[in-house]
Amino acid sequence: MSELELRQTRVAASADHLEARGRRFPLPSTLLAGAFVIFLGVSTVFPALVWTQEPNAIEATEAFEAPSLAHWFGTDESGRDVYSRVIAGTGTSLLIGVSATSIGLLLGLVLGVLASFGGRVLDFGVNRVIEVMFAFPGLLLALLVIVVYGPGPVTATVAVGLSTAPGYARIIRSRLLSIRSSHYVEAARVLGHPASAILARHVLPNALLPIFVLATLGVGQAIVWASALSYLGLGAQPPAAEWGAMLAAGRTYLAGAWWLTVFPGLMIVATTIATTVLGRALVRHGSGQR
Amino acid sequence: MSDNTSAARAAARPPLVDVRGLRVAFGSHEVVHGVSLRVTAGECVAIVGESGSGKSVTARALLGLAGTGARVGSDRLEVLGRELGDASERAWQQIRGRGIGLVLQDALVSLDPLRPIGREIDDALRIHGRMAPSARRSRVLDLLERVGMPDPPAAARRRSGELSGGLRQRALIASALALDPPLLIADEPTTALDVSVQARILALLADIRSAGTGLLLISHDLAVVGRLADRILVMRGGEVVEEGTTDQVLGSPSEPYTRALIAAVPADRPRGTALSRGARTGPAPASPSADVLPRNRRGDAPLLRLDEVSKSFSAPTGRLRAVDGVSLEIHRGETLGLVGESGSGKTTVARLALALAIPDSGTVLLDGTPWSALPERDRRPARSRIGAIYQDALSSFDPRWTVARILADARGLRVPRRDRNGSATGIADLLDSVGLDASVAGRRPLTLSGGQRQRVAIARALAAEPELLICDEPVSALDVTIQAQILDLLDRLQRERGLALLFISHDLGVVQHMSDRVAVMRSGRIIESGTAEAVFTRPQHPYTVQLLADSPRLAHRPA
Amino acid sequence: MWAVATLTFFAIRLIPGDPAQAILGGPGSQASQEALDQVRRDYGLDQPLLTQYLAMLGRLLVGDLGTSYTLKTPVAALIGSQLGGTLLLAVLALATAWVLSLGLSLWSTGRGRVAAAIGAGAELAAAALPHFWLAGVLIAVFSTGLRWLPPVATGTPAGLVLPVITLAVPLAGFLTQVMRESLLDAMQQPFVVSARARGESTTGITLRHTVRHAALPAISLSGWALGWLLSGAVVVETIFAMPGLGRTLLQAVTLRDIPVVTGVVLLVALVYVVMTVLTDLASRIADPRLRQEGAR
Repeated sequence: MSELELRQTRVAASADHLEARGRRFPLPSTLLAGAFVIFLGVSTVFPALVWTQEPNAIEATEAFEAPSLAHWFGTDESGRDVYSRVIAGTGTSLLIGVSATSIGLLLGLVLGVLASFGGRVLDFGVNRVIEVMFAFPGLLLALLVIVVYGPGPVTATVAVGLSTAPGYARIIRSRLLSIRSSHYVEAARVLGHPASAILARHVLPNALLPIFVLATLGVGQAIVWASALSYLGLGAQPPAAEWGAMLAAGRTYLAGAWWLTVFPGLMIVATTIATTVLGRALVRHGSGQR
Repeated sequence: MSDNTSAARAAARPPLVDVRGLRVAFGSHEVVHGVSLRVTAGECVAIVGESGSGKSVTARALLGLAGTGARVGSDRLEVLGRELGDASERAWQQIRGRGIGLVLQDALVSLDPLRPIGREIDDALRIHGRMAPSARRSRVLDLLERVGMPDPPAAARRRSGELSGGLRQRALIASALALDPPLLIADEPTTALDVSVQARILALLADIRSAGTGLLLISHDLAVVGRLADRILVMRGGEVVEEGTTDQVLGSPSEPYTRALIAAVPADRPRGTALSRGARTGPAPASPSADVLPRNRRGDAPLLRLDEVSKSFSAPTGRLRAVDGVSLEIHRGETLGLVGESGSGKTTVARLALALAIPDSGTVLLDGTPWSALPERDRRPARSRIGAIYQDALSSFDPRWTVARILADARGLRVPRRDRNGSATGIADLLDSVGLDASVAGRRPLTLSGGQRQRVAIARALAAEPELLICDEPVSALDVTIQAQILDLLDRLQRERGLALLFISHDLGVVQHMSDRVAVMRSGRIIESGTAEAVFTRPQHPYTVQLLADSPRLAHRPA
Repeated sequence: MWAVATLTFFAIRLIPGDPAQAILGGPGSQASQEALDQVRRDYGLDQPLLTQYLAMLGRLLVGDLGTSYTLKTPVAALIGSQLGGTLLLAVLALATAWVLSLGLSLWSTGRGRVAAAIGAGAELAAAALPHFWLAGVLIAVFSTGLRWLPPVATGTPAGLVLPVITLAVPLAGFLTQVMRESLLDAMQQPFVVSARARGESTTGITLRHTVRHAALPAISLSGWALGWLLSGAVVVETIFAMPGLGRTLLQAVTLRDIPVVTGVVLLVALVYVVMTVLTDLASRIADPRLRQEGAR
């Protein structure tokens, strides 16, 4: 949450003062990350295109095979192809990550807008709410939600979304406040533009575009949190092909079959890095250049 | 160490620094093309130039600090008799602080804000000397005493953020003087300071030079340089274009560029004379008698009138009266100059006039009708009658918008997406009226130069066809030649359109050049006002007298 | 704190299902109606909600967190016995993360583009590592592969090594991002030029000037970091089978042992509040500019 706030400084800075010598060609790391995200997208929409076998095809004779040309990531205890299962899990994991981020963002937006436009009393109240939510770090708020609504993928998504909301709320609030006192809003007032036009033309676009870039950065983190919940048995449950759940299932066989743990985890790491790299590239590109 | 310096002084003034053909390049881009320069003991040499002239890089190359990635080459780079052309970093470290001291622009950031200034001054002693800690401590206090710091023991424990601008600049000078280096390089040492503080820092630097230290002064400001320098080098585009004694360079410059620089200084230039070269060659040479519209017609109701307005803000120290019982009148077609040092309340007056702030007491009247007393809803239709431009034009533009969209928005128009050059919406004409090419319309302000941005800001203000333009330090961030162009532009627009100007600046020269009438502000009050001529030639208030005395101006004018 | 307690209390009351049932061994057990009523009376669950709420607040004030439904022991004692291990783990991890990120930041800045790229890559990868996966990989390599370290926490210092590394590396990723940025920023400041012009060496500038500037934002992040570590402890303690708060919390969540969940959540919130105050103080000590603002 707080690391989001720190990134916000960067986002805000680049939105206000776009780099004069804007990069025409993306960095190789950005291209690589972009390619990976496209791959993830294909895996989500047309998983059959990229998997090599039916992900739930049980082949008892081929259980616990180490990675090979036939089974790139090896096979699990029932002889299922790990690579294909990882691909099959992409959709679930991404969906959880994206919806959790959307929930957090939406809630953050409501709180942030209320705080910055609702006058002193509302600002005070919302700030206290945000503070209280901050006192439940990371997973804790999520765990609390799960105690209330019971484990499951939907609860886990909502839980992760809720725990990211206060971070977004804080950023949105401060961003809105700083734009409202900016020189260009003042210049628009001097020209005699009505408040509603200023809001629609200056304040909201300048505040929200960077926030959406920020959300790209948040998706990776949300996937990590959600898969952590699955891993603890509180999110998606095996035999669902969600990455965290796959890791949890593979844990039992860690000593003999390392590939059951390494590859789904690697997928999570790669996804997080790719979204972060892309998010940063967007930040660099400057959300104002649209 | 002291043997070294006294020996250097005893010799028949050998140069402290002798540089021939200095070249500095970043990557494949060379920014200094063969500069030669000598400074001897007790002499002040100044390098003058606008931003991007390579003056600072030249100065830093003398310390081996041209920057990361800089390639420095020279035919000779002799400092204190040692050739340092290919010196190691270790050899440079020996020279820095001990042989050459450096004073940078703003001590708030040029001294480590986390450390007490005593420690910062002590650093040079610790690094180079073998002095005992107690000796170092008393040396630090001596140094602070020498630069005129009140209460040195207490000041030594303060950090740069806890001192006023003038005092921390003194501390910075003390830290550069710690080891009595024979040469002091001062890079824009007074640029961020108020004129009265600036005058005192310049006096301090003059004392240091009289004590036998060589001084290399880097500045954009000819007037500052003229007070101190024995010799002047004028730099442009990485080359020295003119060099000579101060009298020669300021009194009878041979280069057109030097003449343009001098002509651009607005102080003591009558109202209406062009400052920039482009304007001078224009079709209608401006003169004070060529007024299209009569200024300050008596009997007219003032366009804007501030009547005993006061405004306070809550500050950590209690209520701060930013503006305290100020009365002003601005008539159609005239310029009222408002001058004062930082914190005097000038900007608050601008905000009150724009009704961005509402006075605690007193009233603001526009054309004889209530202005500050109106509810915002009723004021909005009349807002187009007053326009504004600011010091930082860039921050007054929405960063996402192109110039065309900014200007169309000011006219209350929607920009057609296809109309990139804005010819259909009259934006091209608007740009033309402020001397910009229509091709600028499709660009974003960030990609424009400082002068172009200010022109766009002026065009935006004009788009709404105001009667009064409020200019808050409009040229303070600009180079002197660009400043001259903007001032000429404002002057022309005023004559063409009969605009009234409220011209706010800390720079007396600029205000004097631009204004019909002048008001001097201090601590939220107007302490003196009158015609520009009266205030600048026969100031009544002691503060105005002092301000004028402190304000550096060119003593020599080419005929 | 009060708000946290209230929120937790009401959130938990929203749980579908009967707490009394949970006390008697979960929905699986065939408890009689009489037994259920008895339990309800004992735990005050038959009272109106407001009464229950006020009673809880009253007990909180005297430090009574209630009794665990499943373990039947006082929650305060339970937490007390588990707190030490978790705090030790978290503090060690925080210290390790600090050392790692300071080292990486200092090494990777001001050393050219290759080092900067390595630094950026390392911080990015580290921050993206999920605890549970890192733990698995570490166990696979160092325990089952190399047999250097035990795969479960044995209570010996060797048993702590893997859990601490697991927690510290992702945190170090975040801290390094912040530190590298502020270090780079500090190195651009004019006071560095002033210091070099005094003859200061590169090492001297780092030690006496820039490191302090780089540490400032990381210090103020440490409060957040400790909270983050505590929630990470839930995962790590489970994997390494360590006794501690995190595992207790997870068990309580699975078994819906409400007083324990409430107690742990309250405690973590308390730790967070205390840490916020502490880091605030630390920032003030490290940054005189903040002190000055406060004094005015």
